[in-house]
Formats: sequence, structure tokens, C-alpha cells
Amino acid sequence: MKLRTNLLVGGGLVGLAIVVAILAPWIQITDPVLDANLMNAEIPPGADFPFGTDQQGRDIYSRIVHGARISLTVGLVSQIANTIIGVTLGLTAGYWGGLWDDLVSGVTNLMLAIPSLIFALAIMAILGPGLVSLLIALGLTNWSYSCRIARAQVLSLKSQGYVQAARILGYGDLRIMFTQLLPNMLGPLIVIATLGMGGSILAEAALSFLGLGIRPPYPSWGSMLSEARDQITTAPWLSVFPGLAIFLTVLGLNLLGDGLRDILDPQSQERRA
Amino acid sequence: MSDVPLLAVDGLRIDIGSGAQRHAAVEGVSFSIARGETFGLVGESGCGKSITALSIMGLLRQPLSLGGGTIVLDGQPIHKASAAEMRSLRGRRIGMIFQEPMTALNPLSPVGRQIAEMFVLHMGMGWKEANDRAVESLRQVRVPSPERRIHDYPHQLSGGMRQRVMIAIALACSPDMLIADEPTTALDVTVQAEIVDLMRELCAAKGTAILMISHDLGLVAQVCRRVAVMYAGRIVEQRASAEVFKDPRHPYTRGLLASLPRLGARSKQGRQRLNEISGVVPAVSAFPKGCRFNPRCTARTDVCMVEDPATTALDGGVGLVRCHNA
Repeated sequence: MKLRTNLLVGGGLVGLAIVVAILAPWIQITDPVLDANLMNAEIPPGADFPFGTDQQGRDIYSRIVHGARISLTVGLVSQIANTIIGVTLGLTAGYWGGLWDDLVSGVTNLMLAIPSLIFALAIMAILGPGLVSLLIALGLTNWSYSCRIARAQVLSLKSQGYVQAARILGYGDLRIMFTQLLPNMLGPLIVIATLGMGGSILAEAALSFLGLGIRPPYPSWGSMLSEARDQITTAPWLSVFPGLAIFLTVLGLNLLGDGLRDILDPQSQERRA
Repeated sequence: MSDVPLLAVDGLRIDIGSGAQRHAAVEGVSFSIARGETFGLVGESGCGKSITALSIMGLLRQPLSLGGGTIVLDGQPIHKASAAEMRSLRGRRIGMIFQEPMTALNPLSPVGRQIAEMFVLHMGMGWKEANDRAVESLRQVRVPSPERRIHDYPHQLSGGMRQRVMIAIALACSPDMLIADEPTTALDVTVQAEIVDLMRELCAAKGTAILMISHDLGLVAQVCRRVAVMYAGRIVEQRASAEVFKDPRHPYTRGLLASLPRLGARSKQGRQRLNEISGVVPAVSAFPKGCRFNPRCTARTDVCMVEDPATTALDGGVGLVRCHNA
């Protein structure tokens, strides 16, 4: 089987991020929170500190390694929640239509009209900062895209011969949804979900930047960027490395999404032999 | 064969639209099919053949709705069956084959799985047993090396092979009736003959009745024992197919038969145009007064323009025709 480059590169980047997140306590150089030492403040990248240190003398590399745990958890969990909510609503709305469709479409449009970050901010303000409230806030506010995609896909797939054939062959509604509709719309849904995962990581960064996400001194890529903004001219490595981590992870997720979509299509040549 | 027909459709009326915009797309359609019988429903596009089939499956969707009449399958009045009852009938007791084998199979599912799904769904089998039965079903429809073909996806099969798979799916649960809606239209002529033979042979072996919907009179003559000719939502002639071809009584049937192309006709009679029935089927909302066929009829008389013809019995009561001049 020939592996596609985007699948290989994307999978490699995402896999690397996952491995780093899992192994964080073992591959850290110093403790990311406790080992502050003002004598080492703002040392540029070098032999002792490969990514340099921040203004409190903490090792950037160790903080990024630990930040991977937060960022990946937030991206994965919130996007799984978004996808489940969005696909369930979109699939049933498109399939059954009628009043339920009007209701779901109305709420979806409402969600799209309000910027999801504002929505998440409101939820965070009620729940207070922290990882759990971050997951809830981001997991409940970004489902409108997958919902619209799922609904649109169902509307076009419903008129396909095989979906009508399934009904004529006595399939029940749920069986049609799971065997005929869902597999045939996985492609665009996966792309949206991986894009959304990148979006969630960025939203976590934004919320942490605004002080509502992960509380200092615990590291997340977003909060590190936020703390680094004052030193961007004097100590650029403070922003470059967390930014690079976000960039590579989001890039990897997007490539992985493209690659998965390709191999999920049985008509693509790369899938077989 | 018992006296009670397998399927009895009586006074079927199918409405299109609602309120002031409601019109009868199909009206007063009655026919019955005995167990194991082959029955043809013939007519040009838009005359109501396919929606008649859909109404039997209980699958009329907006803007179509059942306006009246009864549909009785094996003593059970299915026109008032609940959605769940209809679902258990579909696939298990009534199978269906479509015109387009290209689109009627799920492109993301291997064909063996799609056949096996019928056994799992309607006969409660486990997947392993169902897969073995799927191989057997593919062998029955004469797909070569079925053990390997069950892993193929629909796009890897030719049109004829796909239609064989559709037949295997439709007949998987040995249904009492098979509705074949233009089953060969999308296929090559040589493949058509194979598919029709296969369908006939398998149905005869399983005792499955066939309701064949087609505009292809030659095909219907080859397969069906009895034929109903539909025009503008009504049955205009219904008889044994041998009688229809020997002595068509309704001008529309005569027109249909005359418009069949004949091989060699040109060389015998010199240069000859293919016959046609002039005009088109009238829109549902604009059926003409009197006989619905009168604008296109070559044998119309004054009474045809004002009075709707009733049915006249033919062939000692087994056939009927709806024409003033038959």
C-alpha cells in the first residue's frame, strides 16, 4: 500500500505531538513550574536551555513539552464533543426535516452569528478559569460548522439511489443513517473536524492569552505566547517556540485530515495496491 | 396457486399536491397479481407507473399521497399498515430492482456486505453466516468467483454485474413479490437479455411474483403473462400479453405497438419512417375533457370529446379496455 505524503507528514507531526505529551515528565529538563531561577532569566537558546528561558528563568523547552498535554487534550476532547453534537443534530435535521430541521437550522444560524470565542468567553466567565471549564466552553460552542456540513450532505445524499434503495429494502431510519449516510459524508466531516481541532488549540491559546484559560504558572502554548508578548523584540524565542509548536501541530492535523479523507474514498487509486 | 391473489390493488388513487392544487396523478387503477405470476405495467414516461409501484411499497412522499383505494398483500391491507409494519415488509416480502444499478449500491460498502446486510436485517442472522449466504446469493446470480467478488466495491463491477448484485439483494430473503422498475434500461442489449433471463429463472425457482414496470413492450412480452397498459394515470387496457400483441384494442396500445422499430422493415417496404404517437402525455393538472387520450387519438369520435369511457370486459371477463370504440 502506497502511503500518501500528506498522511505521512501529518501523521508524523501529530504523532510526535502526542508522544511528547505522553512522555512530558520524562523528557523535561527542569520542572516547568517550580524550577524558576531569576539568575537564569531570559537566556537565549543554547546548550543548557535548547529553547532558552523566560523572564522567570524557567526552561521554555520543558514548558512547551508540558503545554502539549494541555493543548492536545483541549483540541481533541472539545473537537470530539463538537463533532458528536454537530453531526447528531445535522444528520437528524437533514434526514427528518420538518419542524426539527427548522429548529436546528435556527439555532445553528444563531451560533454562527455570535462569534464562538465570545460565546466561549461568556461560558468561561460563568464557570471560571481551568481546564474543565475550558473543555466545556470550547466543546459546546463550535459545533455549528459540522452541523451545517452534516445537514447539507444528508440533503444531497438522501436523493441518491442507494439511500432510497436502502429504504425500499426495509432499512430502518437509524440503520440508514449509520450504514448509508454517515460513511458517505465522513470525508468532509473529517476535514472539518481536524480543521476545528486546530481551531480549538488556537482558541485555547486565545482564551489563555486573555487570562481565562489555563492559569499561570501552569504552561499552555497559548498562555506562554500571552506572557511573551512584552518581550517579543528583546527575547523573541519566548514567542517563537510556543508559536512554532502551535503551527506545527495545527499543520499536522490539517495534513492528517486531508490524508484520511483520501484513503476513506474507495475510488481513490492510492487506497489499493 | 391459491385463488386469493398475492397482491390486489383496487381503485388506487394517488394525489399530487394538496388543497386547491390537488390533482389525481393516478386514478381508478385496479389489478391483481397471483403468486408466482409475472405482470407487466406499461406506458410512456409520466403515466403513473413508477408512483403506482412506490405506493405498493408505501413510499409515497410529499407532494404525493395516497388518495384512495386499497392495496392488499396476501390478505393484509397494506395501504393502512403502520410505518414499522411496512418497513418489515419491504425487502423481506417485497423486493425491488431499479433502473440505475450505478447509483443504487452504496459506493463505500463492499457488495458482499450489502447482500449480507439483508440476511442480518430481515432474518436475524449473524454476520459470519450472512456472509456465507451472500457468497451463495452471488453464485445464484452467476457472478464468477463470488468468494472474491464479495470484497469488491460497486465501482469495480460493470453495469451488468451491478444489476446482478441488485437482483441478489432484492431476492435475498426470497420475497413473495419482486418489483422491477425498468430493470434493464441502463444496460447493453446483450446484457439486458441475460439479466431478464436470470430474473425470470430465479423468480420461477423461488415462486416470486414479478411486477415489471417498463416502456419496453418487447421486454414485457418476453417476461410477462399479463399486461396492463397505463395512460395518464389510468389503466386503458389490461389483458393476457399474448392477446395484447395479437389484437390490441385500445388505440394507445396500437400506437405503442406500431412505434416499435422492426429490424428489416425498411428494406421490405422501401424507405419508412418510424411510427410515433403524436403529442405528449397531458399534464396532471390539465387532463382533457372526455377520454384522456382524445387529443392524440387517431380513431376519436364525437363521444370521445365529451364522455369519459367506462371499462369494457374483454376475453370472457379476464381482460378490459377503456375505450368507446374498442
